Amino acid sequence: MTSTSGISISGLNKSFGDTSVLKDISLEIAPGERVVVIGPSGTGKSTLLRCLNFLDAPDTGVIRVGDLSVDAKTASRADILGLRRRTAFVFQNYALFANKTARENITQALITVKGQSTSDANARADAILRETGLSEKADAYPAALSGGQQQRVGIGRAMALDADLMLFDEPTSALDPEWVGEVLDLMRRVAEERQTMLIVTHEMQFAREIADRIVFMSDGHIVEQGPPGQLLDNPEDPRTKSFLRRVT
Amino acid sequence: MRALDFEYMWTLVPVLVGYIPLTLFMALVGMVCALVLASLMAVERVFRVPVLDIFVRLFISFFRGTPLLVQLFLFYYGLPQVLSFLTNINGVTATIMGLTLHFSAYMAESIRAAILGVDRSQWEASQAVGMTQIQMMSQIILPQAARVAAPTLVNYFIDMIKGTSLAFTLGVTELMGATQKEAAGSFLYFEAFLVVAAIYWIMVEALAFAQRRLEIYLNKAHAR
Repeated sequence: MTSTSGISISGLNKSFGDTSVLKDISLEIAPGERVVVIGPSGTGKSTLLRCLNFLDAPDTGVIRVGDLSVDAKTASRADILGLRRRTAFVFQNYALFANKTARENITQALITVKGQSTSDANARADAILRETGLSEKADAYPAALSGGQQQRVGIGRAMALDADLMLFDEPTSALDPEWVGEVLDLMRRVAEERQTMLIVTHEMQFAREIADRIVFMSDGHIVEQGPPGQLLDNPEDPRTKSFLRRVT
Repeated sequence: MRALDFEYMWTLVPVLVGYIPLTLFMALVGMVCALVLASLMAVERVFRVPVLDIFVRLFISFFRGTPLLVQLFLFYYGLPQVLSFLTNINGVTATIMGLTLHFSAYMAESIRAAILGVDRSQWEASQAVGMTQIQMMSQIILPQAARVAAPTLVNYFIDMIKGTSLAFTLGVTELMGATQKEAAGSFLYFEAFLVVAAIYWIMVEALAFAQRRLEIYLNKAHAR
């Protein structure tokens, strides 16, 4: 949306104890590009996303978002905050602030992090709630919302940040099937606005529809990547072929 | 066995009720100070700040490990002998200090447990939107921990109200001290202490009522 700057990741490594989860990951994302990451469970897709905003601190590697370049080895607290303020994250389990209403979930960061006035933040939140079809739920607490509504608020909270990069960590995986459609619809709308997105998902049809590029990850590596038509229909690597046979 | 002197008891009520404000004052000031101190210590214990952590753990250990009465005597009779600026400490101040430090040690552990009980997603979401640790703690984590800790904290407050009666041992004429004086004048000890027991009981019951209101308020985000 407001972004004109790309993202670059280079030499990213992450281990948990003795287990190496990300192995020398490098990836460039152009402004406005929508990249979908697919791959078997436990291959580091979520960890990749979580390393980009230091929810999990990478061991080595350089992450550049817009004008900010952060080397994992020397990352300061200010660097980490900087990355987090240039990115937005949509969680698998929604992770809405349980003590805040739907509207407050959206205004929270606008007021505390971006220093907007309460009235500006509320106006933005109400616009987003309208866009996500949740106007009548503005004053409801997360506990009173369905899974689909919670995730739409979660996406709304991320939209409000006007981030250089929106990260989606399996946003529909925890949802009852009946709510998946409305969440994917909202993500389509976000994608249409040429928001730069990096999405981990198992929704292959959705990936095919909205992705500019699909990245296949396996065992901590990026195995292969390309436009949806190429990667999904004519994969080259045997691991990609075998994965796609299993999921489609 | 003799009959209870109800008339005496009735005349004692307005006299003793006049001391309720002082009791509540000591308990309330003590509670507010203890809450602040306990929250700071609980947050420290969660983040385990180097060096500071040792002092906080020592503090909690000492104030949980020794009787409140011993602590009050230490503050009122002992400390002024070694710290000259405390020479003029009065009984009310010493009681509030004692209650604050003693109960903050207990409350710190309750609050720490409540903080650790806040779901990990709440911490991660706060971090992901770029909040600082102070913003995260003050606006997301502590308010949610408060809901969990509230019943226990109210219990400590009840204990604190009753604990103010120890101020009498520091020469403060508060509710208990006044009762003692009245009883010594009339020799009607049973009646006098029965009245003061009833007054404490009613205060605590009133608080229990307030507690239910507080819990409804704190649970409003969790009603379906």
